[in-house]
Amino acid sequence: MTTTPQRATPEIFSSRNLFILAAIGSAVGLGNIWRFPYVAYTNGGGAFLIPYLVALLSAGIPLLFFDYAIGHRYRGSAPLALRRLGGRATEALGWWQVLVCFVIGIYYAAIVAWAGMYMIYSFNKAWGDDPGAFLFGSFLEAPDSPGIGFDFVPQVLIPMVLVWVVTIAVLALGVNKGVARANLIFMPLLVVMFLVLVLQSLFLPGAVDGLNTFFTPDWAALGNPGVWAAAYSQIFFSLSVGFGIMITYSSYLKKKTDLTGSGLVVGFANSSFELLAGIGVFAALGFMAASAGVGINEVAAGGLGLAFVAFPTIISEAPLGSLMGVLFFGSLVSAGLTSMISIIEVVIAGVRDKLDLTKPQATLVVGIPMALISITMLGSTTGVYFLDITDEFVNKLGILAGAFALVVAVGWVVRKVGVLQRHLDQHSSFPAGRLFTVVIGIVVPVILGYILITELVTKITEPYGGFPTWMLGTFGWGMAIAILLTGIGLSFLPWRRRVDLGFDEDHNEHNQRPEGVTR
Amino acid sequence: MTPTAIVMMVVAILTVWGGLVAAAVNLFRRPDQSMGDELPDTPSST
Repeated sequence: MTTTPQRATPEIFSSRNLFILAAIGSAVGLGNIWRFPYVAYTNGGGAFLIPYLVALLSAGIPLLFFDYAIGHRYRGSAPLALRRLGGRATEALGWWQVLVCFVIGIYYAAIVAWAGMYMIYSFNKAWGDDPGAFLFGSFLEAPDSPGIGFDFVPQVLIPMVLVWVVTIAVLALGVNKGVARANLIFMPLLVVMFLVLVLQSLFLPGAVDGLNTFFTPDWAALGNPGVWAAAYSQIFFSLSVGFGIMITYSSYLKKKTDLTGSGLVVGFANSSFELLAGIGVFAALGFMAASAGVGINEVAAGGLGLAFVAFPTIISEAPLGSLMGVLFFGSLVSAGLTSMISIIEVVIAGVRDKLDLTKPQATLVVGIPMALISITMLGSTTGVYFLDITDEFVNKLGILAGAFALVVAVGWVVRKVGVLQRHLDQHSSFPAGRLFTVVIGIVVPVILGYILITELVTKITEPYGGFPTWMLGTFGWGMAIAILLTGIGLSFLPWRRRVDLGFDEDHNEHNQRPEGVTR
Repeated sequence: MTPTAIVMMVVAILTVWGGLVAAAVNLFRRPDQSMGDELPDTPSST
């Protein structure tokens, strides 16, 4: 029997509800606020509800169950859990997910930092008359043509340092004192701030037209496969599934946890927040259109444009605009931070397991280099170009491709979906059952495969965003291929001695002993 | 608001927020079995 050296407190969520809160905190992020409203609007408006709900029930929630089952059963970070599930090949997929998180973490901090600065700018509406010019000019100081440079921008760099300090501190404190506590603070704050913001938006003149535009159904859209693909994409990206977060978080759960019951709450909570965001955003856009005397279709936007150009315009014109600004950007910061924490945790957990470090050690080993790279690449004048390309490619060729590969590997290569399904049903209120096996085995791979192929074709035929080839080659395709190859490479690196890579599928802690058996 | 838009908004709210309420009720109706658990026997990793 090996002597186990002094162990740090095992990382377990002290309550299942804290896990749920953290999972919701991870899922609810920037995309809920600035991606969903625009995607719904451009894909049928009110009619989008149907493909959206179908996607949530037929892919989103099953994928949540899938990730929870893996993390909870095999009890490790993504690479460790997947190693136990299926050997070195699936471990490589786990590392791929870790590297996806690594890449995302690098630029995500920047967006949270920008939102933090805009919270301050809301007080005196520092963006002036032309928020677009302000964003790219005075704030980001971005050069006109894309490239890479290292002229640093203090108003971006300093808040980024702060974001990293907070993230690293929270993660070093561990699952209960850090992650759970941070979510206990930021999630209620987010809900309150956002509710007040939505209420404020609803009372603006022109809000009703915004709501009409958002909810009026275009039933013809349902015949367009692109709309269904958009619904599945939105659910997939919104729920934080497929890139290791939910595997990592659920590995911190106690044995007899109701996984499916929890998953349903997380899935519907995430969607509830997006719907609220749709209402608030379009009420505000209705006001913006009315103020400018244009149609809503001219002002409707998503992403950075919505957050950092449209909303500042609205804030400048609305009564109590500064309050609105603080609420809106404060919501982005809260949602962003809790998501950022979960993303970096995936990387830390992977390193902690592989190198057998303590949590605080792993946090610094991962956090400091990541912070330095992040601040270097994004704290400069060309940061936004790097962000744009990297974000697009890591989402489509990292998260999406990785999730597709994992679902196919588990379903068809290792053939353990049944094992996962039985694991889920063991302590769960809502039976995953045969339906789960069919969905994960067939429905999800087909849909993800279809979306992946469409994305690849688009990327190959049109250079994304009109960026120069060398930039797309390095930060787009190059990055995507590099993380896949590195993931495979890491699976060949030996694990430190003490880590147990074995998992007996038949005799393990999750098996319930039949009554009467005394052995 | 136009009648169709109102209907769609109400339906969306009922299904999505209603779904959340239903899921929460389902979850909390049963006692949290994991609360009584001792810490699990983790195959060793930190």
